[in-house]
Amino acid sequence: MIKAEWFYWLVGLSFLVMASQMVTDRSNPKRFGTGAFWGLIGAGFIYSSWVVTKQAPAEPLGAAVLVMACLAGFGFTGRGTPRTTTPEQRTASAVRFGNRLFVPALTIPAVAMACAIGVKHLTFGGEPVLQEGSETILGLGIGAVVALVVGMIMLREKRISVPVQSGRSMLEAMGWAMLLPQMLATLGAIFQVSGVGDQVGKLTTAVLPEDSLYIAIVVYCVGMFAFTMIMGNAFAAFPVMTAAVGWPVLIGHFDGNPAAVLAIGMLAGFCGTLVTPMAANFNIVPAALLELKDQYGPIKAQLPTAGILLGCNILIMALFAF
Amino acid sequence: MIVLLGVLVVVIGFATKRNPLLVVGVAGIATGLLGGLSPGKVLAAFGDGFAGSRAVTIFAITLPVIGLLERYGLQEQARRLIARFAKLTTGRFLALYLGLRQIGAAVGLTNVFGHAQTVRPLAVPMAEGAAERKYGQLPERTREKVRSFSASADNVGLFFGEDVFLAVGSILLITGFVNTTYGTHLEPLQLALWAIPTAVCAFVVHGWRLLRLDRQLERELLTAHVHDTAAVEAAQ
Repeated sequence: MIKAEWFYWLVGLSFLVMASQMVTDRSNPKRFGTGAFWGLIGAGFIYSSWVVTKQAPAEPLGAAVLVMACLAGFGFTGRGTPRTTTPEQRTASAVRFGNRLFVPALTIPAVAMACAIGVKHLTFGGEPVLQEGSETILGLGIGAVVALVVGMIMLREKRISVPVQSGRSMLEAMGWAMLLPQMLATLGAIFQVSGVGDQVGKLTTAVLPEDSLYIAIVVYCVGMFAFTMIMGNAFAAFPVMTAAVGWPVLIGHFDGNPAAVLAIGMLAGFCGTLVTPMAANFNIVPAALLELKDQYGPIKAQLPTAGILLGCNILIMALFAF
Repeated sequence: MIVLLGVLVVVIGFATKRNPLLVVGVAGIATGLLGGLSPGKVLAAFGDGFAGSRAVTIFAITLPVIGLLERYGLQEQARRLIARFAKLTTGRFLALYLGLRQIGAAVGLTNVFGHAQTVRPLAVPMAEGAAERKYGQLPERTREKVRSFSASADNVGLFFGEDVFLAVGSILLITGFVNTTYGTHLEPLQLALWAIPTAVCAFVVHGWRLLRLDRQLERELLTAHVHDTAAVEAAQ
């Protein structure tokens, strides 16, 4: 059986290799801090396998995560001069290879799709070929590895150091943004165990007037929107708002259609995801990946859409769920 | 009530544009301690959180191959390809991308597109290429705008497509939470059907905004060119 952990190890290992390249890269004025940051992430990826199975303590990893946050947060990381081709060389290469260049790039989604649809159901010796529940992650990982092999053969590139160096440049360009989604997921978990959700739920119930269906709908949808903005994740907001307003008031008291109320409530939360830096992997990471100067660029592009769709969700719920 | 101070730390931190990693670190430590966790437990929470959320970083596995292809001119080829389709403007191309992303997500292919795999190497060069064909070299501000809107097409398509698919995380979360907490029997299919009206609204609203982007680009770039010519004439 192909396990998701293997790909986490592969990612961890490549971070470690890239970290050693970063330390020796004299064009980077902050090479030691940069190397330490990515080295810790790489080691953390591998060590995590035993934390997940409870065979190793989580505290050292937690301390390492805080060290990573300080390294990046206090400006100890930087980037070297990428060793790459000139624009002229790239244009010449594009003319030479033409649309064949798309083949490896499209291999990733093609393999991901094949895994999600087909390989998912295959078994070998009574066991599923892909670890259950991780098919999409595995599809992405396998797709990337296959695409790399296809790309290297097609481009007649024999040095594995070339893609590793290119990947490293992209990592350096992204910098701290790369760790942010995982940090935020952690924060969500800490909020959960510390009872932040319960408190917000109590506050909402306290301010909600009784016997007004439309106000209750607005409070549920806007609450999902606002709480998702704070937590960065509609999944974290959903249990809180549903326990506070959705179930007792909208479904219990006003006899709403549960499927409609809950599905639309979740989508109101997704509108919040569009406009918060807390949803880092959708908003901040792409800004870094696309090398934008304004890290809030994607959020600004999404803000009007999010506002209009929140209104649509409130309307759809008011018209069809009761 | 006092644990809500952690939320306040986050809001103030982002509002004052501190480094997000530090904001989140401080907010996590503060909330954990105020919520009655011991310092050791707070450390363990950070460790468990990192270990449990590695899936969001696994896209890094695609960076070497994307980097390799970019070295050999992938973005340039994407621009060249789009230049052949005269009718495909930036806005029309991004609206098409939005639709494909939504349909892909709605049939469960959430990892088929994405910022690292598709937006950076393919969608952005194509969107920029369409504008460049018409207006020539893009000024920095316009380039940022086109890139931001490319990222937005991916996000809106994913969020409002995936809930139409039965086996997606959020649908399973809803049924899991409600069925265990309130003892009901909600079926994923019922929820997925109710996601369709919003999915249609999302396509219409964001698609319309993407199409309008063409007119904004025209206005910005034509006036920019007028300024350029005026400056050149003034210099002469």
